[in-house]
Amino acid sequence: MDKRKQILEIIRAVAGKEPTVAPDESLFDSGVLDSFGLQDLVTGLEKSFGVKIPDSDLTPRKFDSIERIEEYLEEHGK
Amino acid sequence: MAFLKAFGSYLPERIVTNAEIGARVGCDAEWIRNVSGIDERRFARDDESVTDLALRAATDCLERAKVHASELGMILVASGSWERQFPGPAASVANRLGLDSTPCLDMPMASAGSLFGISLASRLCASLGPILVIGAEKMSKVVEREPMERGVAILFGDGAGACLVHPSDGFARIVDCGLYSDGAYAEDLKLPFSSPLEMNGRSVILQASRKIPRAIATLLEQHRRRAADVGVFLMHQANQNLIARVAQALEVAEDKFYSNIKKFGNTSSASMLIAAAEWSTTNELAPGETLCFAAFGAGFHWGALLAEGSA
Repeated sequence: MDKRKQILEIIRAVAGKEPTVAPDESLFDSGVLDSFGLQDLVTGLEKSFGVKIPDSDLTPRKFDSIERIEEYLEEHGK
Repeated sequence: MAFLKAFGSYLPERIVTNAEIGARVGCDAEWIRNVSGIDERRFARDDESVTDLALRAATDCLERAKVHASELGMILVASGSWERQFPGPAASVANRLGLDSTPCLDMPMASAGSLFGISLASRLCASLGPILVIGAEKMSKVVEREPMERGVAILFGDGAGACLVHPSDGFARIVDCGLYSDGAYAEDLKLPFSSPLEMNGRSVILQASRKIPRAIATLLEQHRRRAADVGVFLMHQANQNLIARVAQALEVAEDKFYSNIKKFGNTSSASMLIAAAEWSTTNELAPGETLCFAAFGAGFHWGALLAEGSA
């Protein structure tokens, strides 16, 4: 599956609604996710992409938008 | 060996509802309840200091333990909202308990302060004798620093909790603890000397959601226990949604986590012991049953502690 499509599916599952947000727009400031949703998003990314995200990488900024999530996954070979 | 002998607490009389605090920061009561699980909190009077709150909790704890202050080998006081730089409240509390030479230690730690205090006391009481651990906070003065910030103002309340750690007698034996600190996140939750509390809520939630269950699970695994077998979890009352997340991560029912955040809000270092004191008034730990403390706070400092009901 296309990476962006996969990310959008995770966000949709966590948010419980269609993520109507631009790829570079903040998922939090736009109200798609709240602080607790971020933890679920990270868990979803770990499961779907088979990547282990260490605590030291758990900064909201790294997962703040679809583009940033894509960047993070690319940096980690996904 | 070290035992939990008794808990104590003190909550100021004045109830501050969500409607009252919400009106000051531009949000409604329902929103506050949804994001935090809090309905109301207590604010101390202007003339009540952190020492006053600590003393009331200390007295309650000593009365419940039927231990006289003169028997104490040490007093530890955790507080992140103490009114001046030094000296801290510990020596003043001892003085007002009638003590003039008992060693005291201040721990300038916020939310995880009580947990670290009990852990330290459990290692020191064999040589020093019974140790009174207190967490006391007057967060209202922090909350009211201008400009008041909504995400901070809705959470905090005032209060104090206490725990007597005894070397030979108590309702539960302290089994072990796991404590952790990581200064990489020091800027994400901090209280400067005179400006408002600064909190990166997303970072706090993200790290706490992972680190608390991991600390608990690691400790349980080390002692070949399962989360499902724990009788009660007494966790820092930071946010009901966080408590629910931790329960979910450990795959235990949320009601195994005793909670009174609805009534008292987040009282920082005091909250875990205020919850423990309330729990202990209507509950008992059966012999062999496990009690688990857990906390997370500014620093970041976090950890867990296991105790087991005495025979």
